[in-house]
Amino acid sequence: MADKEKYLRIQNVVKKFGDFTALKDVSLEIEEGEFICFLGPSGCGKTTLLRAIAGLDIQTSGQVFQAGRDISALPPSERDFGIVFQSYALFPNMTVSKNVAYGLENQKLEKSQIEKRVRELLETVGLPEQGEKYPAQLSGGQQQRVALARAIATSPGLLLLDEPLSALDARVRVHLRHEIKELQRRLGVTTIMVTHDQEEALTMADRIVVMNDGVIEQIGTPIDVYRKPECAFVADFVGHMNFMNGQVVESDRIQIGSQQLAAKTNGHKPGQAVQVAFRPEDLVAVEDGDMNNAISVNLKDIEFLGSFFRADLTGGDLGQSTINADFSINLSRRVNLEKGRELKIRVPADHIRLFPMEG
Amino acid sequence: MADTAFSGKSVPIKPKLSNDDWIMRGAMILIGLVLIIAIILPLYAMLSKSFEDSDGNFIGLANYVEYFSTPALFQSIYNSLSISVIATIVVLVTSFLYAYALTRTCIPFKKFFRLVAMIPLLTPSLLSGISLVYWFGNQGVAKELLFGESIYGPIGIVFGSSYWVFPHALMIVITALSIADSRLYEAADALRTSKIRTFFTVTLPGAKYGLISAGFVVFTLVFTDFGVPKVIGGNYNMLATDIYKQVIGQLNFQMGAVVSVVLLAPALLAFVLDRIVQKKQVALLSAKAVPLVPKPDAKRDMFFLGFCTLVAAVIIGMIGMAQYAALVKFWPYDLSLSLNNYNFDVMDGGGWDSFYNSIELGLWSATIGTVVIFFGAYLVQKGRGFEKGRGLFQAIAIIPLAVPGMVLGLAYIFFFNNPDNPLNFIYGTMIILVVVTITHFYTVSHLTAVTALQQMDNEFEAVSASLKAPFYKTFTRVTVPVCSPAILDISIYLFMNAMTTVSAVVFLYSSDTSLASIAVLNMDDAGDIAPAAAMAMMIAYTCLGARILHALLSRGIMKKTAAWRGR
Amino acid sequence: MTAMKKIALGLIGAASAAVITSAALAETLTVYTAVEAEDLKKYAAEFNKQNPDIKIKWVRDSTGVVTAKLLAEKDNPQADVVWGLAATSLMKLKAEGMLEPYAPAGVEKLEGSFVDSSNPPSWTGMDAWVAAVCVNTVEAEAKGLPIPSSWKDLTKPVYKGHVAMPNPASSGTGFLDVSSWLQMFGEEGGWKFMDELHQNIAWYTHSGSKPCKQAASGEVPIGVSFAFRGAKSKAKGAPLEIVVPTEGVGWDMEATAIVKGTKKLEAAQKLVDFTVTKEANEMYNKGYAVVAYPGVAKPVEHFPENLSAAMINNDFEWAAVNRDKILAEWKNRYDSKSEPK
Repeated sequence: MADKEKYLRIQNVVKKFGDFTALKDVSLEIEEGEFICFLGPSGCGKTTLLRAIAGLDIQTSGQVFQAGRDISALPPSERDFGIVFQSYALFPNMTVSKNVAYGLENQKLEKSQIEKRVRELLETVGLPEQGEKYPAQLSGGQQQRVALARAIATSPGLLLLDEPLSALDARVRVHLRHEIKELQRRLGVTTIMVTHDQEEALTMADRIVVMNDGVIEQIGTPIDVYRKPECAFVADFVGHMNFMNGQVVESDRIQIGSQQLAAKTNGHKPGQAVQVAFRPEDLVAVEDGDMNNAISVNLKDIEFLGSFFRADLTGGDLGQSTINADFSINLSRRVNLEKGRELKIRVPADHIRLFPMEG
Repeated sequence: MADTAFSGKSVPIKPKLSNDDWIMRGAMILIGLVLIIAIILPLYAMLSKSFEDSDGNFIGLANYVEYFSTPALFQSIYNSLSISVIATIVVLVTSFLYAYALTRTCIPFKKFFRLVAMIPLLTPSLLSGISLVYWFGNQGVAKELLFGESIYGPIGIVFGSSYWVFPHALMIVITALSIADSRLYEAADALRTSKIRTFFTVTLPGAKYGLISAGFVVFTLVFTDFGVPKVIGGNYNMLATDIYKQVIGQLNFQMGAVVSVVLLAPALLAFVLDRIVQKKQVALLSAKAVPLVPKPDAKRDMFFLGFCTLVAAVIIGMIGMAQYAALVKFWPYDLSLSLNNYNFDVMDGGGWDSFYNSIELGLWSATIGTVVIFFGAYLVQKGRGFEKGRGLFQAIAIIPLAVPGMVLGLAYIFFFNNPDNPLNFIYGTMIILVVVTITHFYTVSHLTAVTALQQMDNEFEAVSASLKAPFYKTFTRVTVPVCSPAILDISIYLFMNAMTTVSAVVFLYSSDTSLASIAVLNMDDAGDIAPAAAMAMMIAYTCLGARILHALLSRGIMKKTAAWRGR
Repeated sequence: MTAMKKIALGLIGAASAAVITSAALAETLTVYTAVEAEDLKKYAAEFNKQNPDIKIKWVRDSTGVVTAKLLAEKDNPQADVVWGLAATSLMKLKAEGMLEPYAPAGVEKLEGSFVDSSNPPSWTGMDAWVAAVCVNTVEAEAKGLPIPSSWKDLTKPVYKGHVAMPNPASSGTGFLDVSSWLQMFGEEGGWKFMDELHQNIAWYTHSGSKPCKQAASGEVPIGVSFAFRGAKSKAKGAPLEIVVPTEGVGWDMEATAIVKGTKKLEAAQKLVDFTVTKEANEMYNKGYAVVAYPGVAKPVEHFPENLSAAMINNDFEWAAVNRDKILAEWKNRYDSKSEPK
């Protein structure tokens, strides 16, 4: 299996806009049928990479292979993909049916075939009754479904989604991301979605490609990326992360503030200064007095976030540093979370990650 | 080598062009070449002519030296500058107050006032001069109002120029005042700022760029206009009339070229400054504002209603007088009405044929011009890659705005009447008039098209490519229908300007292709001022008819497409 | 690429079609003229009575403009024939080598002074067009102006701002005025006269007929123009008196010539043959009291009777040779009259 050619292979892609280098030697392989998310802050190069794959803005150098075919230099019209944009890009003067049929017409299909296919597609995206309406008469979510139907109408080998949900209301967004994922699974079409929304990436992707500053920082499953960020950037960008300056003491011990904690140091040498990272939700309030791997802190402030509380912790072993901890509603019923209180917090060794100091 | 800075495995890619790319680039280069032939080469020919003697020998700056040492000609620069500055101030103040009344007060009849203000666009600038003769000339009905001053000269030029450039300035100032953010006024109110202070600290700064832009437009229009000073200028020489005198009156083409260059310089300068200012403005206006809804204020509204009524009365008086004079049998001795003055065939200027020629020119310019300009703008705006070519095209498309019509017309003589020019055959035909008209009014049309195209989703082309639709399919089935209001706007703009322009065509018409606007000029020149007024009014009615047709068409399209335009 | 090729071929096709159409109209003569617009149809109709197969395409403008146009097109002449342009202008064109010498059939019947002295002549005269002063009697009375009787009268302070005259640089009439003053009063006296006249001038007009038309409508009381124009306006009912100044009046000939390089020489010669016939001269006589064909002239309505006698002994050669110099001097002195007094 290892020798089998991957469906999409991106090899050493560089894209320059004048003096600015938007993509710095990016390489990536994607399996057939995978759902990939390009995740990163704005300006990280994720859209540039997508547009290079589509041929809309062809890379300065480097190659792109799709299904074994070198498509590096091909114009978009000679590539095999469907695309959906944040703006929907529906033709405003055509009905929904006409929009969906647009690509089919270019395939020289018979009229009845086209009509049948359009009906199927509209059913697939849950808009069977809306064919004769104009895009402006539909809601944003409905328009994006039409755009999706249009993109998959010609059964392309690759589906490209450029921030498809960003323009939608939060509720519609959650609903639609589920549907898109479902549809993708059903069709089995290889899909790349660009997003800056980590939640979207985590819920939808088979694998996430985290990008920053024109390079790929990490490629992995949502759980890997969240649980095992390979660098401080990914750790910080995906989910919420506490960072503290610390030092490796022994091969399995580190020091933060005035406290030593057990941690996997994987590769970092004793005496080395490191960034110590752990997630707020991994912190455990000590209720039973077991001080194993625990630090003592003061509760500076607490914020109610609906399903949980987020606490600002400082002082005690932390000195001047501040970290966040998430406490469940349940915990809040058991433990007094008054401001100014002293708390004992356990930092499970498995959940501590170390990163080299920056710069 | 920057390209190998990374892994060295990165293979440089030369994008393959699709058929669409080839066709689009080819078409763009073709239109670009036409533009170069229509604007760059003639200007070059004119520039080089200004360095030659009448036999075509290069004589360096000798013509310029002669020009600047001729006191009469030199005086014209001063005259043109001072008239333009005065007219600019007059028009800015008037148009600001008028626009303020339309956007910031609660006066009644706003729609009427807005329509009346557009009347001067219907006629050649010559008409305002002709009207002034009947109002304030030596036999004018209201000459006492001038207290013995002569209308022939600076007073007439400033008045007449202000009249015809008024709508140009007004449109810009209205736009500037319409985009006010009501939140600023609420904030000023909350801080108990006086109305006067609010005006100077909020209103004026907000409209600043609009006013500056309007100022440049007015200055350039007045500075380069030739119609008004020609009719009402008496012996007050201006640069634009100097070109006419040098070329038409005195066969001195070299000196005409020199004056053209002198005329071109401030026009170019104003153009460049305006573009710099415009760029600044874009950054300022990017924030979304809450539109301001004026509240009634009896005293203020009264004042502005009075002001607007006065301005509207002047405008209606100007055009009304032209129509009245056109019908009078023999001003001022026989005021009975007749249609004698419409018997154009026995006058100088080409007779009724010239009127039909104008309509022909208008239709050709509107159709060919709209197609070429819109398609060109589309290629620039929506083409893929080829940034340098597109940038160059865009730059060339902006140039005509800076070139006064007379300068362009004169440049066309030098370029197209050269027997070595393979395009020589268009000289003296309708073709050259169509070319010069489209070229002269290219930029505004182009920018209208660009604005409309920019409002379209940029990804239509990407989606179409992914759906394997050739660009022309998307162009005809999506772009054109969506942009149809802008396309109509461009065609009416070209048509009306083709009907009214004098300066661009005055050197280029032949007896077969005389135009209505030229007939106005020539009849006035020959002293047949009443027939000139009659012809000017024929132009006005034609433009009005076109305008109404345009309004009906636009409304029809809007109605038909209301479903998908989502309004 | 094929689409581009098609477009290119289309363009070439359109261009050659244009060439072919213009060739098909071979029997159309392009005729430049400064004759009053209202007469052109009549002229063409008379000519076509005898030559129905030759069409005339008129290019009409004022004398200066037509002259300028011809000179500008020197390398690439557009005109075949000039019919009705000031003889002084034609002399200039002759000096530039732009005229085709031709002795029209019957030229010998014309008054000798109306024919170019070269053999064969480069141009032949049609009629004389004579300066005159149009005075609006109503306005003159209202303003208390006496009717002037001489050129010198016009320099009196009472006429300040009440006189219009054509700009000699653009108007043939204006030039014949200036050249006649220089001939009558001598160079020095002429300029001195114009200096004084300049003080009274309201404005200089582009065309020669405008001052008279303006006088007719009272826009100025006095317009220096030409007699023919005055007679016409008077016929239309204008309260005009046409004054022939006692010192004498300048005049110029309207004349005809073939443009060198015409591709339709034969047709052009036929036209010029017609222009010297008795019929043509009778036609000219409708507006002009003095025509080239002896014995034809009949009195013209409203035309001042003493006009022929007042015509000065005009030296056309001198006027043509010195045209540039005179105009330069004139412009130098008066064109800068920019600030209205």
